[in-house]
Amino acid sequence: MRIECPICGSRDRREFYYQGAAVALDRPAPDAGDAVWDVYLHLRDNPAGETRDLWQHEGGCGAWLVVTRDTVTHAISAVELASDVKRAMA
Amino acid sequence: MAELKAQNPFADLLPLKIGGVSVDARDLGHLTVLGDLGNRAALAEALEQAHGLALPEPLRSTENGATRCIWLGSSEVLLIGTPPDAALTKVAAVVDVSDGWAAVQLSGVGAEDVLARLVPVDVRTSVFERGHTLRSQLREMPVSITRNEGGFLLLVPRSVAATMVQELRRAMEAVASRR
Repeated sequence: MRIECPICGSRDRREFYYQGAAVALDRPAPDAGDAVWDVYLHLRDNPAGETRDLWQHEGGCGAWLVVTRDTVTHAISAVELASDVKRAMA
Repeated sequence: MAELKAQNPFADLLPLKIGGVSVDARDLGHLTVLGDLGNRAALAEALEQAHGLALPEPLRSTENGATRCIWLGSSEVLLIGTPPDAALTKVAAVVDVSDGWAAVQLSGVGAEDVLARLVPVDVRTSVFERGHTLRSQLREMPVSITRNEGGFLLLVPRSVAATMVQELRRAMEAVASRR
């Protein structure tokens, strides 16, 4: 498995650290309430299909990435810098 | 007061020469990480004015005589061979890491073959030219690799300096045995 780092180019999977679903980019407000925080902290979808994860290019440039991949085919359709994604959300 | 003498991170492990490939310790003098604080243009200008160096783009390095600057990762570059000018502290996070990294020069015919056994990135001349740099892993160790005139400059955390030599030695022996 290889991941196309937007900074370093195509690199081996061993250089990357997997963090989990890319929900951390959409952190609720501190006063959003227990229900919202419960969902944010604990409830994850487990799709057979497209999923978005946070990875870090730990063994390379160190950048955090949002990787869009398909859990059925293992195909990676997009890799973006998490900082860019966060900026686009604002 | 006691006179303290700086120790070489490789002790008597280097120099090493196996087959056509050699590894030599490099004393790079001052090493300073410059962290981009968000104003890349200001950092580039300060670096140019203070040290006559262009701020390297990702995966590139720049040099001005013995002073060099290599890209070290997302929003970080490493200034080599000179104490940082005071003006840089206004536009960058400046951290002295002179004793944090251990440096070697890997050179000779077959140096690419040695790295091919240790690093999961293609460093052949066709894709990795002089002045190019990258961050990767040498086995499990974080490494910075820069191609220079004589071959490759490898930087690893000082704590794994001896392990890097051990891995280089094994790869060099394997490459030499196949020639």
